[in-house]
Amino acid sequence: MSNVSVSNVREFNTVPDGNPKVESPLAWSYQQHPAPRASGQAGIVLREKALLGHLVLRGGAIVLDEAVRATLGMSLPAKPNALEHDDSGERSIQWLSPDEWLVIVPGGEEFKLERALRQVLGDAHYSIVNASGGQTVLTLSGDNAREVLMKSTSYDVHPNAFPVGKGVTTVFAKATVVLRRPSETHWELVVRRSFADYCYRWLLDASAEYGIDTQ
Amino acid sequence: MFYIFCPYCKEHREEEEFHARGQAHLMRPSDPDNTSDEEWGDYLFFRNNPRGIHHEMWVHSVGCRKFFNITRNTVTYDILETYPMGEQPTITAATPDVRHEQGVQVADGGWQTVGARSENKALNEETSS
Ligand SMILES: [Zn+2]
Repeated sequence: MSNVSVSNVREFNTVPDGNPKVESPLAWSYQQHPAPRASGQAGIVLREKALLGHLVLRGGAIVLDEAVRATLGMSLPAKPNALEHDDSGERSIQWLSPDEWLVIVPGGEEFKLERALRQVLGDAHYSIVNASGGQTVLTLSGDNAREVLMKSTSYDVHPNAFPVGKGVTTVFAKATVVLRRPSETHWELVVRRSFADYCYRWLLDASAEYGIDTQ
Repeated sequence: MFYIFCPYCKEHREEEEFHARGQAHLMRPSDPDNTSDEEWGDYLFFRNNPRGIHHEMWVHSVGCRKFFNITRNTVTYDILETYPMGEQPTITAATPDVRHEQGVQVADGGWQTVGARSENKALNEETSS
């Protein structure tokens, strides 16, 4: 472990002390576009997992695998389009490309994790980017969740092509999202901040015929 | 609609996730200071435009965002193979079976752009005068 390389990196906690007021990228959308009231049973349940910690890891798979084992107690998914969760289901690592992974942890853990990773990785060739403020996670469930996805993306969301534990970056309503399947019943969309309002309103519209429950 | 196999994502994806980025396997002259204007011009401006087998660079811009290569038939639009950067095609216009099956017509070893090579200089001079 080299202290030189660690000090070469300017790291800072993006969540300052003192518990400041924070807003999800969808705060404005919730205010401006309240969901239509569902009559009867809603076919779509849409939720936001707001303000989670998102880290993008880049580097060699072997080096990063050792580092996430040491810090998160998880192994790095080596297979393309793989998504893995820890036992609690709150922390996940997803393959994004041959040298890139998305780590999502409960909000507030990301800076501690970034530090720990930098300590373990030392002067290895790698990069860690804290993308927490840049994206948010939407979850989609309900009887008609797959129908809504079929209207929105050209990616095949049939269970045969999209089993639990898979995640892909693809086109969603002309925007780019990370679409993942953490469980049998739930889908997750990792949406960029700049697309969040658009995707949210798209989902409201696409779900209208099934009835949507946004809480 | 193409359905393209990304050699990094290891699965077929819709064409809208990709962008074409022109001819593959272009090599920058290793010693630019001692490269003739003609060689440099060829490298910068002249591209093959074969009728038949063509090797192109594509990028999986919405997926893994990696560049890779495609061997494609410009007549039939058949994608014959995709392969990662740094690798050579297994199918070329010179592959005997391919030449026959794909109905490839390649003049002058695949070079069809007039002016791209020094022996075609005479052609350029004729047309410009
Ligand atoms: Zn790909």
